[in-house]
Amino acid sequence: MGQTAMQKILAAHAGKTSVEPGEFIMAKADLAMANDVTAPISIKALERAGITKLWDKDRIAIVFSHFVPAKDILSAAQAAVAREFALKYDLSLFFDEGRGGIEHSLLPELGLVVPGDVVIGADSHSCTYGGLGLFSTGVGSTDLAAVMATGEIWLKVPETMKFNYRGKPGPWVTGKDLILFTIGQITFDGALYKNMEFTGPALQHLSMEARLTMTNMVIEAGGKSGFIEADAVTEEYLKGRAKRPYQIYKSDPDAIYCANYDWDISGMEPQVAQPNLPDKVAGLSKVVGAKVHSAFLGSCTNGRIEDLRIAADILKGHKVAKGLRFMVIPATQNVYRQALKEGLIDIFMEAEAIVSAATCGPCLGGHMGVLGPNEVCISSSNRNFPGRMGHRDSQVYLANPAVVTASAITGCITHPDDIVGKPTIKAA
Amino acid sequence: MIHGTGYKFGDNVDTDQIISAKYLVTTDPKELAKYCMESADPDFSKKVKAGDMLVAGRNFGCGSSREHAPLSIKGLGLGLVIAESFARIFFRNCINIGMPILECPQAARDAKDGDQFNVDLDQGIIKNVTQGKSYQAQPFPDFMQQIISAGGLMPYVKKRLAVGN
Ligand code: SF4
Repeated sequence: MGQTAMQKILAAHAGKTSVEPGEFIMAKADLAMANDVTAPISIKALERAGITKLWDKDRIAIVFSHFVPAKDILSAAQAAVAREFALKYDLSLFFDEGRGGIEHSLLPELGLVVPGDVVIGADSHSCTYGGLGLFSTGVGSTDLAAVMATGEIWLKVPETMKFNYRGKPGPWVTGKDLILFTIGQITFDGALYKNMEFTGPALQHLSMEARLTMTNMVIEAGGKSGFIEADAVTEEYLKGRAKRPYQIYKSDPDAIYCANYDWDISGMEPQVAQPNLPDKVAGLSKVVGAKVHSAFLGSCTNGRIEDLRIAADILKGHKVAKGLRFMVIPATQNVYRQALKEGLIDIFMEAEAIVSAATCGPCLGGHMGVLGPNEVCISSSNRNFPGRMGHRDSQVYLANPAVVTASAITGCITHPDDIVGKPTIKAA
Repeated sequence: MIHGTGYKFGDNVDTDQIISAKYLVTTDPKELAKYCMESADPDFSKKVKAGDMLVAGRNFGCGSSREHAPLSIKGLGLGLVIAESFARIFFRNCINIGMPILECPQAARDAKDGDQFNVDLDQGIIKNVTQGKSYQAQPFPDFMQQIISAGGLMPYVKKRLAVGN
């Protein structure tokens, strides 16, 4: 009987020839990851158990992302716990403040996760890496502590849902729109504990970054993991980047899926998730004109260089709307530097956007531009639950970087065509 | 082999019903046990004996990811939770703190409050003695049983590391 790529990857990591959905396995991990918020809890669990020897100092990544730089005394103290641990155990993949960025953007960017891997992260968006043709999932801090100690994790093999996208995405349609559309169709628990395999001719038109945006948000549909088979686009991305040899796994033609979806996305317009759930998705034309007070370009979903390029292209020669603030936060320090080199940061600042060092920032309502009561934000991030980005009565629309930027220029939700089509206003 | 009385609950029992948020001021299982299932049955913690079982419907343990919920069940000395299905994080938390659980839709559906059970965890066999019925649940592989008998994931990891040294 045919197997999905995910079954093959998990079987290979459990020392078996095949595994079935529902089966419990002990899988060997290739990489364990924690951030500044989750690492301290794992560290405490290790301490409580009296464990002082780690699995592998070169396979445990600690990435400072959420509160960078420390936003208050508590976060500074929390960071100190993780920093001390990383230095004590001489972890080679320790990314302190100023040295990294958001974990889910950083690990792929540095080639630290490669096709065929099993990656376990103590953060719910650890599913992101699956876009590279690997298994990755988010776990709690105790589970991660066990991986830090042994390099192994117990898992229940998930069933796989297959999503086939046909056609060619339109000009402003990106990975973000495909995944928002998908979540809107299957709802926030439509993929509960399942592996979501994305495939089809439309993906040929998506860059690696756009694909990672898709797998980033499988958790918003309840998914355990996401998967996109590695192909020429993936290999091109990995060139000069991959830090380890890798293996490409493909699903058999007769593999068993628990659900099959098939969509033609030609003619699809950009998609927007309305407050307060990622599955309240509508076509852009349905929400055009809604007033926003704040716009955020960044996060592990859409804070990569490609996203900043799209935004700068639209923003060039315009100003951010009066009464609105536009936060631009590159997902990693490398993205920031690249954006500087390309002159993008200059465009953002000329337009009077606020640019900050790489951090999660307002995505989780942490710092760097949180929302006040009744404020509305349009954001390139992945979650819009009540209070996610600040006050419990604030609201968030989720959209792609082009829509976020166009809206920042007008102060209400706007189609990018309406900006790019118009003659540019000379910057004062 | 576990023997005990089964106490039956319905579908979608969330972690708030298992242990109310107002008791989350401690992680001591014995202390938490006093309030286990309090909102569904205020006398629950007083009437159960060691080895008794909680039998529930679908999606048991949904809601928050708090480990206090399985800890309160374990602290009460319950021998097993049988349900039609479990919420995933609750399931993981149970294994990780060494609380035995079995998923068995038919056994859970047939059960009546107060039925007597004999359960063989190794084989995954659930016997409802009162009704004279026997059910086969998917047994846990060896390493999962070792995690449970070690008292949870971290004790298991510690044991394994000690053997490895
Ligand atoms: S950017 Fe947002 S979603 Fe991504 S890791 Fe940070 S807080 Fe989580």
